Amino acid sequence: MPKISDAATVQAASRPAIVLDHVHKDFHLRHTHSMKETFVAWLKKKPIADDFTAIEDLSLTIEEGESVALLGLNGSGKSTTLKLVSGVLQPTSGTVLTRGRVAGLIEVGAGFHPDLSGRENVFLNAAILGMTREETEAKFDDIVAFSEIGRFIDTEVKFYSSGMFVRLAFAVAIHTQMDILLVDEVLAVGDEPFQKKCLQKIRDFHDSGKTVVVVTHDLGAAQRVCERGVLLDHGRVILDGTSKQAVERLRAGE
Amino acid sequence: MSVNPAWAGMTRPGHSRGLLDVWSRRYLLRLLVRKDMQVRYRGSVLGWAWSYVKPAFQFLVYFIAMGVFLGLNKSLPNYPVYLFSGLVIMNYFNEAFMNSTRSVIDNTALVKKIYLPRELFPVSSVIIAFVNFFPQLVVLMAAAILVGYHPTVLQVGFILLSILIITILAMGLGLIFGAINVSLRDSQNIVELIMMFTTWLSPVLYNAALVDHVFPGWALILYNLNPITGAVGLIHLGAWAPTTSQDPATMALVGPHILIYGLAALVTSLVILLLGELVFRKLEKNFAQDL
Repeated sequence: MPKISDAATVQAASRPAIVLDHVHKDFHLRHTHSMKETFVAWLKKKPIADDFTAIEDLSLTIEEGESVALLGLNGSGKSTTLKLVSGVLQPTSGTVLTRGRVAGLIEVGAGFHPDLSGRENVFLNAAILGMTREETEAKFDDIVAFSEIGRFIDTEVKFYSSGMFVRLAFAVAIHTQMDILLVDEVLAVGDEPFQKKCLQKIRDFHDSGKTVVVVTHDLGAAQRVCERGVLLDHGRVILDGTSKQAVERLRAGE
Repeated sequence: MSVNPAWAGMTRPGHSRGLLDVWSRRYLLRLLVRKDMQVRYRGSVLGWAWSYVKPAFQFLVYFIAMGVFLGLNKSLPNYPVYLFSGLVIMNYFNEAFMNSTRSVIDNTALVKKIYLPRELFPVSSVIIAFVNFFPQLVVLMAAAILVGYHPTVLQVGFILLSILIITILAMGLGLIFGAINVSLRDSQNIVELIMMFTTWLSPVLYNAALVDHVFPGWALILYNLNPITGAVGLIHLGAWAPTTSQDPATMALVGPHILIYGLAALVTSLVILLLGELVFRKLEKNFAQDL
């Protein structure tokens, strides 16, 4: 687990935080899921898998302190790109590099267990996102305050409303200490006041000199949060400019 | 890979150092284990008592069938201790092996969404199996003391060696079958199949001397090279033998050369663990997309 960069090095800036160099990502779509199916397909000389290219020769450098929106229609490769940066997926060829600790709001609630209390889930999920016990204890009150869960923090999560659940999950993720924040389609979390609070938190994070990458279909939010916009289509970059330019180009129906 | 000076100090996301990474995330490992312990018997009246009830009934069934009906209780001194020591180590193996095989697919939500050292899941499964096994070991020791237990330090060492072998073996096999299980669910069925005969292919219910009389030489060597047989023999030497008179006739029941086969079992287990590590790291790259 990489250590958090200290403030001094962040200020030095203009070092790349994320590098994607000639990245290809093919998905191997298997049609068989058991040995029997594989064997039958082999007997019938049917293909057992198809290859599908999600990312094609993508090169992109994001400097420390930048806020970037990855935009594009469904299937353009935005989420795949984010998963390559977070390390969930590995590129088929090419190089992906990151600097410092990466955490994503992509995984909101992924590690929550319904039978554990809110408090236990906060510690478990903070640990999943790479926090130590001391870091979690230091942030615990902020997390609870942000989530507006209040006295229900010791109730089992299965009794939470879906809104409470998402708010707590988001609160843990946003309080993770990291250098690079990845956000995938979670801006539509909770009610409107809570969404505003989240956007503000992401902006604060960016103002403190950290790197933010956002994937969203909410073009308004993308423009408000991010300076730079990268428009993807079928796994290639077709525009790299300001977020305003990227949004306009996308709206123009490219 | 082209080298760009600006890239100095950057890392490749999602590149695992295998079991070393698990060690560096041991705080998370502890929480994952604790979560499983808390959740395991939630909503059941007996709770953790089930960890004792199940082996107790299993013991009872085998004792009546093998000990009483087939008369092993008469031919083997302290047969209950012999039987129970084999059963607890076998239960530990079966639980650790099955849980670690299923561990990756049981954590699909995490594997697909966030990068963690994935070996955390099989490792935590083995630890949980150990936590479940430990009280059974205590019961075994209590039973042994009840019938007169006088071990040497070396004999206690045999028990620890037996546990070590099973831990390494189950971990290695769990890594192999758990990784394969992601894309081919046949894997967990094969594991269930293996479990049907593990108890019978080692001298758990009967004594090793019975095998000597029946098997030709090469089959006997194969039988003894099964690392589980080695581990079972070692726990008999450590937990059961010190409750008997330990005369040559009694010791022969454990089987000759058991120490050699015990050491062979340790080597075999380590090789399997290494193999498991290699297989897991090779297949791990595709976990997120295959699940």
